Amino acid sequence: MNIAVCVKHIPDPNVPPEMDGKYLKREGVQGVLDPGDEFGVEAALQIKEAQGSGEVTLVSMGPASAQEAIRRGLSMGADKGVLITDDKLKGSDALVTARVLAAAIKKAGEFDLIIAGVESTDGYTGTMPATLAEFLDLPQVTFAKTIEAGDGSVKVNRQTAEGYHVVECALPAVLTVTAGVNEPRYASFKGIMAAKKKPLENWSVADLDLSDDDVAIKQDVAEQTPAEERKAGEVITDDGTAAAKIADFLQEAKVI
Amino acid sequence: MSTIWVYAEIHDGKLDPASLELVTKAKQLGDVEAVVLGSGATEAAATLGKYGAEIVYASDDQVYDDFIAQPHVHALAELIGDNAPDMLLFAMNYDSRDIAGRLSARLGSTLMSNVMEIESVDRAKTAIIGGSIIVDVALEGEPKILLARPKSFVAEETGGEATVVPVEAEIPEDAKKAKRVERHEEAATGPKLEDAPVVLSGGRGLQEPDNFKHLDELASAIGNAAVGATRAVVDAGWVPYAYQIGQTGKTVKPSVYLAFGISGATQHIVGMKGSKRIIAINKDEEAPIFQISDLGVVGDALKILPQLIEEVKSRKG
Ligand SMILES: Cc1cc2nc3c(=O)[nH]c(=O)nc-3n(C[C@H](O)[C@H](O)[C@H](O)COP(=O)(O)OP(=O)(O)OC[C@H]3O[C@@H](n4cnc5c(N)ncnc54)[C@H](O)[C@@H]3O)c2cc1C
Ligand SMILES: Nc1ncnc2c1ncn2[C@@H]1O[C@H](COP(=O)(O)O)[C@@H](O)[C@H]1O
Repeated sequence: MNIAVCVKHIPDPNVPPEMDGKYLKREGVQGVLDPGDEFGVEAALQIKEAQGSGEVTLVSMGPASAQEAIRRGLSMGADKGVLITDDKLKGSDALVTARVLAAAIKKAGEFDLIIAGVESTDGYTGTMPATLAEFLDLPQVTFAKTIEAGDGSVKVNRQTAEGYHVVECALPAVLTVTAGVNEPRYASFKGIMAAKKKPLENWSVADLDLSDDDVAIKQDVAEQTPAEERKAGEVITDDGTAAAKIADFLQEAKVI
Repeated sequence: MSTIWVYAEIHDGKLDPASLELVTKAKQLGDVEAVVLGSGATEAAATLGKYGAEIVYASDDQVYDDFIAQPHVHALAELIGDNAPDMLLFAMNYDSRDIAGRLSARLGSTLMSNVMEIESVDRAKTAIIGGSIIVDVALEGEPKILLARPKSFVAEETGGEATVVPVEAEIPEDAKKAKRVERHEEAATGPKLEDAPVVLSGGRGLQEPDNFKHLDELASAIGNAAVGATRAVVDAGWVPYAYQIGQTGKTVKPSVYLAFGISGATQHIVGMKGSKRIIAINKDEEAPIFQISDLGVVGDALKILPQLIEEVKSRKG
């Protein structure tokens, strides 16, 4: 089974984010493979291993530094990568991102499954994969908690607000995975060395036969303001009377 | 006058309450029409009418219950082609997200997620970087697609009656590929997390799953209270996902929010900072949660909880 995995390179979530004008600063900051996408890479590798054949291709759109995210996935065990980099794509909305990734996936080969994260850690739009599925004219199953890939179909436990649904879907299809679908492996030293030699293609918008209109971004930040902050109130140290003080507070708020 | 469409999600014949919030908001922006697809849709149309929808496009066809997103997109694209609304509003829920996402590609319309305020048919606001910066976004093209976070708006019944227009889309076979074959849902007891006036929330500081029983006990002592949690403990499997509050969970705005053993990560805070009053109990005086609390207690949650349960019980008599 051939699987494509969408992987995003994001500013390290453990470092306070910086803005670069209207956008999150992405260049010249410490970046990582989105932790949400490690679950996608792991899911693809597990399916490939269970089936004993096929290839895992990583696809990413981002600045040149996004190579690092692909290398990271390759060192976990993926076979090859494709990176789409173009100045025209800076500040892309989910629609343009999906259009570009769909074109790249079509050009990269034939896939039985396309896997992405439920939402990116930095942007959390949470819709790119569904938009991608529509561009590829494929069904999608989002929020996978478990995946059983069979011949020609896939069975997924899909998280819902109050539990989960079991969904069966014909392949090819697009899946999104939740945190907890698996335990992403660490890249071994051998894996890191091997990744350096794995194929990584670099494409631009022109390589994908997309017009300027196709990548025109139809939303723009008009204004930015700091969110209203709540003020810190009283902080007390428990000396055995804290429970009574909390109860006083609840009474004042008229909830008891 | 602009025409705003609200896509109203329906489950087991029950209307998603967030759809009524959206109808109320849409009424401030223009004429409101709604689309509701799946078993119970025609009945739900009456409720949408009471909140201000003038026309409701409805279909009770079970195909919308059984298959994910594709049939809905097919029907919506047809309706939109015929009626040309200016804006489409969806609540940021599981199914609506998928439908809105696909529709964005089908129509070539830009989509904005996590919307918290809508100012006009081409301007909306969201918060980025864990809620610390509000961005006001200008949108181009027609129709705009917006996914709004539930609880961003307050639903208000205005009285009214919607004209119901049956949706008669023929759903092609190739839109029936992702099929729900089993449903496993846990029926929640007590008041719903989103609606409870008091929310008792637990984090990793509660040390082990069993200690959530203290929160349950306190909830029943208080009465009108629901129990929530952080993603850290949901991911660890201590409590079901339905408990999760925050960026990838629920948004709550209770009268009082009590946080037990919660550090106060931005992704958690974004889901609860709209609470009227916040009380935090954390043994680390540097915990970020104290920066947004009205009452902070530096102490051991496991020691304070049993005392608080007794205190509440005795005061309630
Ligand atoms: C993309 C993304 C989305 C996310 N979405 C969400 C979300 O929707 N909701 C969410 O909650 N999180 C979310 N997170 C996770 C978030 O970043 C934090 O990791 C999480 O909220 C931390 O949970 P916690 O406070 O329970 O645990 P911790 O951060 O580990 O905090 C535990 C706290 O308990 C205190 N403590 C320990 N023992 C005691 C004791 N005996 N008594 C009192 N206090 C004690 C400690 O001092 C500490 O402050 C998300 C993260 C990412 C990257
Ligand atoms: N620029 C990108 N390159 C590759 N994959 C992406 C990109 N943006 C989003 N994705 C994928 O889509 C998922 C959801 O992202 P989003 O809709 O942006 O929250 C992510 O977890 C990634 O798997």
